[in-house]
Amino acid sequence: MKLQQLSLFLENRPGRLGAPLETIAKAGINILTLSLADTAQFGILRLIVREWDKAKQVLDDAGWVVNLTEVVAVDVLDRPGGLAEALAVLEGAGLNIEYMYAFSVRRGDKAILIFRFEDPDRAIQVLLEKGLHVVDGDELLSVVSC
Amino acid sequence: MAAQTHEAHRHTEHRIWDPDAETLPRDGIEALQLERLRELVTRVARVPFYRDHFAHREIGPHSIRSLADVRRLPLTTKDDLRRQHPFGFLAVPRKALARIHGSSGTTGRPTFVAYTARDLETWSNLCARFLVAGGLRPEHTAQVAFGYGLFTGGFGLHYGIERVGAAIIPAAAGNTRRQIEIMRDLDPEVLICTPSYALTIADSARELGIDPRSLPIRYGHFGGEPWTEDMRREIEDQLDIAAFNNYGLSEVIGPGVSGECPERTGMHIQEDHFLIECLDPETLEPVPEGEPGELVITTLTREAMPLIRYRTRDIARLYREPCDCGRRTTRMSRVTGRTDDMLIIRGVNVFPSQIEEALLRVEGTTPHYLIEVSRPGTLDEVHVKVEIRPELFSDRMDRMQALCERISREIHTVAGIRAHVDLVEPRSIERFVGKAKRVLDRRNLGE
Repeated sequence: MKLQQLSLFLENRPGRLGAPLETIAKAGINILTLSLADTAQFGILRLIVREWDKAKQVLDDAGWVVNLTEVVAVDVLDRPGGLAEALAVLEGAGLNIEYMYAFSVRRGDKAILIFRFEDPDRAIQVLLEKGLHVVDGDELLSVVSC
Repeated sequence: MAAQTHEAHRHTEHRIWDPDAETLPRDGIEALQLERLRELVTRVARVPFYRDHFAHREIGPHSIRSLADVRRLPLTTKDDLRRQHPFGFLAVPRKALARIHGSSGTTGRPTFVAYTARDLETWSNLCARFLVAGGLRPEHTAQVAFGYGLFTGGFGLHYGIERVGAAIIPAAAGNTRRQIEIMRDLDPEVLICTPSYALTIADSARELGIDPRSLPIRYGHFGGEPWTEDMRREIEDQLDIAAFNNYGLSEVIGPGVSGECPERTGMHIQEDHFLIECLDPETLEPVPEGEPGELVITTLTREAMPLIRYRTRDIARLYREPCDCGRRTTRMSRVTGRTDDMLIIRGVNVFPSQIEEALLRVEGTTPHYLIEVSRPGTLDEVHVKVEIRPELFSDRMDRMQALCERISREIHTVAGIRAHVDLVEPRSIERFVGKAKRVLDRRNLGE
């Protein structure tokens, strides 16, 4: 049920985002979604790609500091309050969200969100118990075209 | 593991190359130094700088009744050497010279250093002393990854190793991948280079997919730049070797002024050849034993270019109590800073070595760093750039910020200054094959 997310260290200066993206592009890897967290001085680029192991390898080889994190993809209704309802569930269960970002595709009336939890296994259990839909890797990859 | 290597080393290696000189009792050392100092005062009368000074103050061998009288003699600085460039300090005719080296020019225009055949002989022996103290044996092979050329490191160690009778691989500094290939092909037991280059070799091995601990090197002699005890642990852990410190400076002779024995409680000064003082750099008064001060060295036996009370700019401590290794010579601590690279930041004296010590307290912090000092308005600002390593990196921003804060706190604890910590990408800080340059002081630009 968990997805592998690549996280990459970047210096916050012009041109730094392009270089690693070019590296994975050259390896023929498409990005399904990404998020960039930054401070004035450095940034953390988080990527979801289909071939995460190959992407990690080419980024490692190119000298980037990159690690793998398990994240959880959750379907929420794409209407006002959809996300708030999901968050209420998580809050009710005392689950701490480290960070979250939206997936770039919609499925019908659903939007997909990516969550980073302190304890992803427990988060998945709670989400399922509360009737939320956790999107697993194969399912996610089947809805995106490349 | 490194501790075990060191322990193993300690039990088997306890020999003394030149027992007559190295185990001379205190009064014997001092009597020899006094005799040589008086003779030196006669010899340097050939050097205009000293002749003029002596004539002015009516100084001669008669002025030296005890070793304390060395303080009646003038100090010599690097600027004095530069003013007499190239050979104003020669005490022998040009035709008596056998070799000419140069100082590295780290702090300005390089100066030349001349040697007679006997000076080279002395130098080889001095290097042999610390090499043997650290474990070099005739059956060993040593890889010298110091620059050969005007720099004194390469040739000094080369001839010292030859004197001991061990085999030498004169690999010279640079071409790190080739250094590693050579090690794997030829199995040298000993590595000789600057401490920062030892870490560069370890880095490079990992990049090639080779575990640096699997390299054949068992121990190393490192010198040519100041380094810390933490950096020694890094080197020992990363390469699985025992690391020994040695000290010297080209103006005085090159490597061989002092070096560690297996006790590693300071570097034994070769006092039959060098008279060493430890002075407060401001007042020029001797500091109490064990206190930090600037080392001032008088070369007792150099023929070509003897120096009287040369101000090394190196800050260290002296210890006179005898060492368990049997040597009776005075020991010096590692060099903890230089009076000329001491940074004054908002009125606080800071040495780059303190920043390094702070960085190495944070586990996984790389030894590759750069200190940038600027003065954007009226106040000094310090940025310490630290290369990120995989073990330090987290996808969580709060952890990354906590890391910066922790480094900043350690710097404040050790050096007493507030510094901004800038995490930078791997290998974005320049690598060095010789002396590492750790400080970029932008405050004086345009002044």
